[in-house]
Amino acid sequence: MTEQQPPVIQIRRVIKSYGHGDAVVHALRGPSAPGSGEPLGVSLDIEQGDFVAVMGSSGSGKSTLMNILGCLDVPTSGRYLLDGIDVGHLDEGQLSLVRNRKIGFVFQSFNLVPRTTALAQVELPLAYAGVRAAERRRRALAALTMVGLAGRAGHKPNQLSGGQQQRVAVARALVTSPAMLLADEPTGNLDSHSTEEVLSIIDGLNAEGRTVVLITHEDEVARHAKRVVRLVDGAIVSDVRQAKVSGPPPALGVGVGA
Amino acid sequence: MMFWQMLRFALGGLAANKVRSALTMLGVLIGVAAVIVLLAVGNGSSVAVKDSITALGTNSLTVSANGARGAATAAKKLTVADAKALATATDAPAIKSVAPVVTATATALYGNISYQPGSIVGTYPAYFETSNQKIAHGDYFSEDDVLNSRKVAVLGSATAKQLFDTEDPVGKRITIGSTPFTVVGVLQTKGSTGFNDPDDVVVAPLPTVQNAFTGFGSVNQILVQATSAERTTEAQNDVSRILLGTHAIADPTKADFRISSQSSLLTARESTTQTFTVLLGAVAAISLLVGGIGITNIMLVTVTERTREIGIRKALGAPRAVVLGQFLLESTLLSVLGAGLGVLAGLLGSHFSIVGIKPVVIPESVLGAFGIAVAIGLFFGSYPANRAARLRPIDALRHE
Repeated sequence: MTEQQPPVIQIRRVIKSYGHGDAVVHALRGPSAPGSGEPLGVSLDIEQGDFVAVMGSSGSGKSTLMNILGCLDVPTSGRYLLDGIDVGHLDEGQLSLVRNRKIGFVFQSFNLVPRTTALAQVELPLAYAGVRAAERRRRALAALTMVGLAGRAGHKPNQLSGGQQQRVAVARALVTSPAMLLADEPTGNLDSHSTEEVLSIIDGLNAEGRTVVLITHEDEVARHAKRVVRLVDGAIVSDVRQAKVSGPPPALGVGVGA
Repeated sequence: MMFWQMLRFALGGLAANKVRSALTMLGVLIGVAAVIVLLAVGNGSSVAVKDSITALGTNSLTVSANGARGAATAAKKLTVADAKALATATDAPAIKSVAPVVTATATALYGNISYQPGSIVGTYPAYFETSNQKIAHGDYFSEDDVLNSRKVAVLGSATAKQLFDTEDPVGKRITIGSTPFTVVGVLQTKGSTGFNDPDDVVVAPLPTVQNAFTGFGSVNQILVQATSAERTTEAQNDVSRILLGTHAIADPTKADFRISSQSSLLTARESTTQTFTVLLGAVAAISLLVGGIGITNIMLVTVTERTREIGIRKALGAPRAVVLGQFLLESTLLSVLGAGLGVLAGLLGSHFSIVGIKPVVIPESVLGAFGIAVAIGLFFGSYPANRAARLRPIDALRHE
């Protein structure tokens, strides 16, 4: 069934470079063309329902890739199709719509809005989508329940632990039912217990069919993914499948700490 | 719906930094209150000056005979007939009332007190209104008293004090010259304006005074009251035209009478109070502008400080217009709330008299100051709001 669906993400020969002339730096370059040494760009397809971990040391271009996938940044060249839409041709307003409807973000530093209650945090993407207040509240509470924080709906970020904050961020990311959950080192700032909590939630989401792209440099975290893509110096050096796209994520229900 | 959402975000933003929001509002508050109070003071002083000039009879014109200045033909004196011609003229709408005046001097006696009033004035009841003499006690004499040449008199407050001291003069009989008069009223004190004290006067019906003192010849003056201070010039032209007619003089430069008015005073009043009000208004406008710059300043700080939050909101799909709206609403709320409180403070402040001037609030200044403050909020808030809306999400998120 999933075989028939087009990939949710298709990037073709994407290059991201900073600077000009001699000082140009390629954050994403892909393999070099034989002979000329010109960068050919990164190409990658991600299937609907897949759970991909993008790995690499800092400076490998994984965050740049994540920003491009999340429509937060635009590539210098190359094409990016998200759910069949060529993102390169969208204007600012349409891009904000894409970010709102198709992508759910989870950041390493949580990135919750300060002085705002957990419920309001989760309602935020719905508010920008123009959902009515009552409906917004219902869906936000459902999302908070899913991450096990229904009892903390009225808490502000400074009243929550790191793990709880990240779970609020996960609830916020999934409340709009986006096509893809994009997590940039979601466990980078968490202790091992919270890491397992957050990862098991993400495992659960993927088991329900949500596409997940997770950026990490920890093998422990990458173990949860069905597919592991390694980046070195802006190019993909390995692409290993650990589990079938249609099956459950490999680490589901076998959490280390649990 | 989106608007209410933006309003909630904006209110949240303001509430997050209460002291800073309050201080910014204070700037606008002071600006608006200053505009209202200072313009009210300017207006109040203008009203005060106007009132004091009106007390002297701004509306009144004095027609007096031109002392035969080198004229070969004997200058015709002013007569009661001239006054009647002015009073009955149908084509002079600016003339409100006319009173012929004769003056005499004589000694007044009451009991064993003898006193010489500044002047004995014989006139018509219209005199009181024209010369802005109001009765304090008793009553004016009437048209009927004039027609019947009754021997009644109204005393100026100074004269009454001299003759009666603390006694009530109304109904008492005094003797002026050799004629007995019954006192029917006492005038309000007007205050001295220079050489002659307007309060030291005895006012009696014209024929009575003519009979007793001056004889039935010419009158000294004709007092004319214009319908309003602004129409004195018109009234002056009317008087001139009618009297030239009754005196049969073709050339206005050879007129045998002259008309004096307070129009010069009026002009001076207008220019001084206008300058005063404009100066005060300018000072107030500057403080309002400073308040507006305060809004820009604080909004710029807010936008810089919340760059990361803006990035998060954009990552969650906040459209540019919503981010713009949120920050624009924040600055507008600051100015609207500040201006609203400023209006209250201004109206409250206008209740106290400031350096001896009772402020009179100009309603337009309240609306104007409020409107300008709100416009300033929008205008000065639009730069920071635009900066916030134009941030690229990736840059905003990376901002520390």
